[in-house]
Amino acid sequence: MRRAYFKTSWIAALLLAPQLLIIFVFFYWPSAQAVYWAFTLEQPWGGGNTWVGFDNFRNILSDPYYWSSVRVSLIYAVAATALAMGMSLILAMFVDRQLAGYKAYRVALIWPYAIAAPAVGLAFRFIFNPNAGIFSYVNTVIPGLWDPTQIGWQAVVTIILAGAWKHVAYSFIFFLAALQSIPRSLTEAAAMDGARPLRRMVDLQLPLLTPTVFFLFVINITDSFTDSFGIVDTLTGGGPFRATDLMVYKIYSDGFRGFDYSGAAAQSIILMVLVMALTFVQFRYVERRVHYT
Amino acid sequence: MKTKLATAALAVLATAGAASAEKTKFEYWYGLTGDLGNVVLETCNRFNASQDQYEAVCVGQDGYDKAVQNTIAAFRAGKHPTLLQSFDAGTADLMLSGQFYPVHQMMKDFNIEIDWANYFPGIANYYSSSKGDFVSMPFNSSTPVYYYNKEQFEKAGITEAPLTWEGMEAAFKALKASGQACSLAYAPSTWVDLEQFSMAHNVPVASKNNGYDGLDSELVFNTTKHVEHMENIQRWINEGYALVRTPVSGKSARDSFVEGECSVFFSSIADHNTVGKLKPTFAWDVQMIPVYEGTERHNTVVGGASLWVLAGKSDDEYKAAAAYLAFLATPESEEFWSTNTGYIPVTKAGFNALVEKGFYNNAPYKGREVALKSLTYTEPGPLTRGIRLGSFIQIRAEWQAEVEAALAGQKTMKEALDTAVARGNDHLKRFAQTYKGKSFP
Repeated sequence: MRRAYFKTSWIAALLLAPQLLIIFVFFYWPSAQAVYWAFTLEQPWGGGNTWVGFDNFRNILSDPYYWSSVRVSLIYAVAATALAMGMSLILAMFVDRQLAGYKAYRVALIWPYAIAAPAVGLAFRFIFNPNAGIFSYVNTVIPGLWDPTQIGWQAVVTIILAGAWKHVAYSFIFFLAALQSIPRSLTEAAAMDGARPLRRMVDLQLPLLTPTVFFLFVINITDSFTDSFGIVDTLTGGGPFRATDLMVYKIYSDGFRGFDYSGAAAQSIILMVLVMALTFVQFRYVERRVHYT
Repeated sequence: MKTKLATAALAVLATAGAASAEKTKFEYWYGLTGDLGNVVLETCNRFNASQDQYEAVCVGQDGYDKAVQNTIAAFRAGKHPTLLQSFDAGTADLMLSGQFYPVHQMMKDFNIEIDWANYFPGIANYYSSSKGDFVSMPFNSSTPVYYYNKEQFEKAGITEAPLTWEGMEAAFKALKASGQACSLAYAPSTWVDLEQFSMAHNVPVASKNNGYDGLDSELVFNTTKHVEHMENIQRWINEGYALVRTPVSGKSARDSFVEGECSVFFSSIADHNTVGKLKPTFAWDVQMIPVYEGTERHNTVVGGASLWVLAGKSDDEYKAAAAYLAFLATPESEEFWSTNTGYIPVTKAGFNALVEKGFYNNAPYKGREVALKSLTYTEPGPLTRGIRLGSFIQIRAEWQAEVEAALAGQKTMKEALDTAVARGNDHLKRFAQTYKGKSFP
């Protein structure tokens, strides 16, 4: 097999340099800085820091509220991912089967991805508002039933729904593309053998989709951990009483609002390690069940 | 023709050069937003129009938090403004950082006369070093009061706005009997419920005179009258006299009051202007925050923000900033500021000038003098000078979260306050460790 390659390696290096530089400046440098801060106590206005070893980590890990933050982050990641992927798969299948109006859906379903997280948060804040929003009708039937500003689990539900809604679009595009790349002859053959749509989906389409499912699973989980900030910030502000204090939001509120840069840096390191570990597990164990054609 | 154009261009260049050489610019970042932010901008315009030597470049930063956050980021990159509007809770961090030019010193260095004794002591103590020198310039200053619906009060047969909490509870009961379902629109606020409450009752928030005497102070508010007060608030909510009204829940306490839903709400005097602009359909007034019977009322302290001059700028910029600060300290500027916002004048001269003009005699400004009465009720003592605690933003957040949990019935109020104190003390320890070997100026 013929392979294209550069005769002189400096051209390759030159072409790679901009990308490497960007990764270095925007990832490795800040990460290294965060690691350093995590082991010190940094004065917010500069002017020196003290080495404290693992003290920051010890403080964080012995804080029961930190663990509840980890727990709610996991719940959010799993629930939002499952919901977003489930919904987008169903929608993608409808569009793929060209049910009535599928052309309109195809366009409309991509829109949410273009909306910034804070805007999503604001929209959902109105929808879920116990006094004025759409959900306030629930309260006119049974007063006091719905109030995410007072009832923790309802606040968690609202951020999960908002987060999932935002992610439906992204997964939808990938699912639709994957479904459309399944050869028609396969589905038609199955149909001729008497398999109904549901059976075709379970036995034929889903197995062929596994690479996409796996890809989306990794992306969605990672995104849920790192990209949920905007939604939490506008929708609940981490409350009521820390019920929706996701890890990434806690980093923000401790670090930027509370000037505890070192504590926030240590939390960032923990979050980074957690996401890396999850991705590792996914590739090591889940990917085994994925069949690439 | 060509030469003509060239001369014209040169002339333009020359005048432009002269103009920019004449004016010394300095940057000022402020946190106030909306209406109030526009008034800040207006003070800059007035300053720029009042003389032709200096130019204030004023940049809104969309909130107190962000003003300080952005300035810290800019400071670390060496691109910070000369002047920063920093809120009360950021005071301790700035003081210990040492990265500022004390205004007292700056005014002295530039030979600008400021009568420091003219500032109200309740304001002066908050922003002064232990030697009594101003480290930052008092600017937008307020203190809490409560707003009440005069018509609903009259209907319930309450003639005097109560000054004690016992009287307040009696008023709640009378309001309920008169058919007013909600008496108090309550929003948990450390500033009102803890800090100013403790000042007015002369009880400590933290040991070592609220932190003024050392970084090793500890919170004590779970052992004072504050506990009983918070338990009372919870009881009023449970008994149906009060409703929790926060912006997160869709309706702020102020909106609830303006709509006539609840008869009373507590807030800064700065809201006096906003409530007036919202044009409630009823007569309303303000009163000093109540104290419990058997306590001798003390002064409340200032809230809001002050202006800090940051380190690392040129002499020219400092000179320009000093001129701006001197401009703000004139009685005319104070009058402009107090008229267009609900904030109070910070100097006695500024206040007296307003009183002489009859400013406080008529609506819409009538009632704002109540804030000054509260602020100057007694001379500030060791417990009523203010609060000088590190990580204070975090401590406020701990209190807030715990009190919310208690109000939601997850724990008792005492447990909540105990937890807030324990967690707050951890923050204080971290803060002391971060600034090891340093002390407040």
